[in-house]
Amino acid sequence: MPDKSIIPQLRKQLPAHCVLTHPEELRPYECDALSAYRQLPLAVVIPETTEQIRTILQLCSHNRVPVVARGSGTGLSGGALPLADGVLLSLAKFNRIMAIDPHNRTARVQPGVTNLAISKAAAQYGLYYAPDPSSQIACSIGGNVAENAGGVHCLKYGLTTHNIQALEVFTIDGEQLTIGSQALDAPGYDLLALMTGSEGLLGIITEVTVKLLPSPDVAQVVLAAFDSVDAAGAAVTATIASGIIPAGLELLDKPAIRAVEKFINTGYPKDAAAILLCELDGTQADVSAQIERVKQVFTAAGATAQQVSRDEQERQRFWAGRKAAFPAMGRLSPDYYCMDGTIPRKHLAHVLNRIGILSAEYDLPICNVFHAGDGNLHPLILYDANQPGELERTEELGGKILELCVAVGGTITGEHGVGMEKINQMCVQFNSAELQQFHAIKQAFDPHNLLNPGKAIPTLHRCAEFGAMHVHHGELPHPELERF
Amino acid sequence: MTAEQDIQEQVQTAAAGQTPLAIQGGNSKAFYGRTTAGKPLSLADHHGIIDYTPSELVISARAGTSLTELESVLAQEDQMLSFEPPHFGESATLGGSVACGLSGPRRPYTGAVRDFVLGVNCINGKGEYLRLGGQVMKNVAGYDLSRTLTGSLGTLAVLLDIHLRVLPLPALDLTLVQNCSAATAVENCNRWAGRPLPLSAACHLEDRLYIRLSGMAEGVQAAATAIGGEPLDHAGHFWEQLREQQLPFFAGDTPLWRLSVPAATQPLALDGEVLLDWGGAQRWLRSKLPAAAIRSAVAAVGGHATLFRGGDRSSTVFQPLQPALLALHQRLKNTLDPAGIFNPGRMYPEL
Repeated sequence: MPDKSIIPQLRKQLPAHCVLTHPEELRPYECDALSAYRQLPLAVVIPETTEQIRTILQLCSHNRVPVVARGSGTGLSGGALPLADGVLLSLAKFNRIMAIDPHNRTARVQPGVTNLAISKAAAQYGLYYAPDPSSQIACSIGGNVAENAGGVHCLKYGLTTHNIQALEVFTIDGEQLTIGSQALDAPGYDLLALMTGSEGLLGIITEVTVKLLPSPDVAQVVLAAFDSVDAAGAAVTATIASGIIPAGLELLDKPAIRAVEKFINTGYPKDAAAILLCELDGTQADVSAQIERVKQVFTAAGATAQQVSRDEQERQRFWAGRKAAFPAMGRLSPDYYCMDGTIPRKHLAHVLNRIGILSAEYDLPICNVFHAGDGNLHPLILYDANQPGELERTEELGGKILELCVAVGGTITGEHGVGMEKINQMCVQFNSAELQQFHAIKQAFDPHNLLNPGKAIPTLHRCAEFGAMHVHHGELPHPELERF
Repeated sequence: MTAEQDIQEQVQTAAAGQTPLAIQGGNSKAFYGRTTAGKPLSLADHHGIIDYTPSELVISARAGTSLTELESVLAQEDQMLSFEPPHFGESATLGGSVACGLSGPRRPYTGAVRDFVLGVNCINGKGEYLRLGGQVMKNVAGYDLSRTLTGSLGTLAVLLDIHLRVLPLPALDLTLVQNCSAATAVENCNRWAGRPLPLSAACHLEDRLYIRLSGMAEGVQAAATAIGGEPLDHAGHFWEQLREQQLPFFAGDTPLWRLSVPAATQPLALDGEVLLDWGGAQRWLRSKLPAAAIRSAVAAVGGHATLFRGGDRSSTVFQPLQPALLALHQRLKNTLDPAGIFNPGRMYPEL
């Protein structure tokens, strides 16, 4: 039984409605968007002031109780999965936009503000916040920073780490730090980079200063069809090689196109083996010139048909299919599992072919809808959790795909994070010295390992157990460890 | 023995004997930061491009690679390091540029060095070889330590190999000049930066504002019409002189301060000559004022000041950190360099 002595202490210090402990109140917090992993926490705390956050952290630190931070719970890797002996710290009440500075093009916002709310508030100044994860209507900026979230437009505008300037952070001891600065290139080490994507393991974010960009005058999409995935992949490479960085460049393969067309009628060419959606944005003069160039490149790469969005309504329609791809899969299959590896683009055709072979081997269909421009794959494995053994087979297939990404010089996660989901694959990407360095960094921030422990960075023992099953070329990973 | 193994061995020996090391690329930026003493550890023999496929927009090179060589290889493929690193000497290396974390005129519009670092291979103070980050643009596995090493002035690890994102060279660069005061320059630059115009540099010097536009010809011409001003001939030379601090403004012995402030901050009332760069976000100040006076004026507007060249190099060169943040820096340094052998004191006396 977990030690519950923290609960009366929390109740004593916080208003009654800020501390939840009944199982039915805890239930909504048992998982994030990776719902295969579920766990009830000891308690959920929902502070309303930064002083209350400090109190909670000091109590937890003093009592050595783990703390898991949660924004909107839209994460896809189990980063906000509660711990049975830990407190879940919801930052949902921190949902105020503190200030927008149109001259310096920044906004100071609390961590619970949704990604899209920032752009909506900045729109009156002709500005917006560029990173646009697909969950942007719901996901919080604090969670975006914790995961270094990306999105369709990060090909041109970068990830969260490129679009924030400062953080207010509490350490586990309740000490407040300003990381980064309102001016560029803060003095000292770049801790802003270290905090971004640290998955709640280093500190609790209480305020974020984001950079705002001028909204483009116009955005248009080229929709192109290809008779093979290889040709579409080659068109992606040729576009980048031509000197154009599109705002977004997405690929859907045939199974994905068919699923989308069954779900909503977007007018995608149903007989195409793959389609590309290429968005260009900026001033009208720039966009018109770029569209002409992209059309030439696609034609040379063997496009069988091309359309350019004529107005905003048509642009939205082209994107509607891409955005509906995941729900469309949900209609085709009882369950699906979304992967998130990134690879150097030059290996796209090879990796997609290998994924096809693995799909046949495991007898599980895979659709591909992904950020082709930056090599960030999102293979969707379709499965039925009610079929005995199918979830396990799916996870094993997913693991193989991630290992394939590492083997070609890529990474196990481009934008969804490691969390609980990909913790074993971390052992494939990093060796013992690297993992130990990561643990040492965590210890510099959180000496008693209380912030989101057990996530993101695997212990060496975990890797030894996992590694024993994955021996490559006879080389045992982490050879210095005992095996059991 | 490879240059890499040699470096690793030197670090292991130094760690065992607690011998301080002074890490050197081309030694072109020895003037920057605080003075440090140590046995020289040269990266000069660890040079060369490891991997470059232009369509990937990624280049991987060894730390000792000459910056000039790297930039000419990229230029042959119509690509560039879009943070426009200052060289400050013909011997400048990639590793030194990344370690110093300095960016040129394009920085406020396309990003700093750290924004283009995708990953590094390095040796920590225990002599361990670490691969951090990678060669792909989107990568959230593990802490983003390669960006933290960027700009750490060699106080955390020895950079061996660096993976960088590169960008296409713009089809057209056009520089316009307008006569205006510093206050008007700040106002206009930040107003333009709030519109989707292809700005790539903006600097103000002696009542003249220089604005560079870069992109496709159509967009640049349309923006030039919207902004106005006289086109500048040989503009490439001007921006290079600014980047390399070769303009007359930078001559002489008066201490050179770099002030980083929120871009739209009105001109500060500090005695000395001022050159505004980065659309107002970076201001160069030639001044003999005491450090405390400069630091407090800059801190009051949310910025920070660096004694960039000249003055007392054994003093606090960078803006002091709040005590809790400094303590965290010390703990972080201790995880990477427990024996304290890498460039001790180059950044702060305590690191």
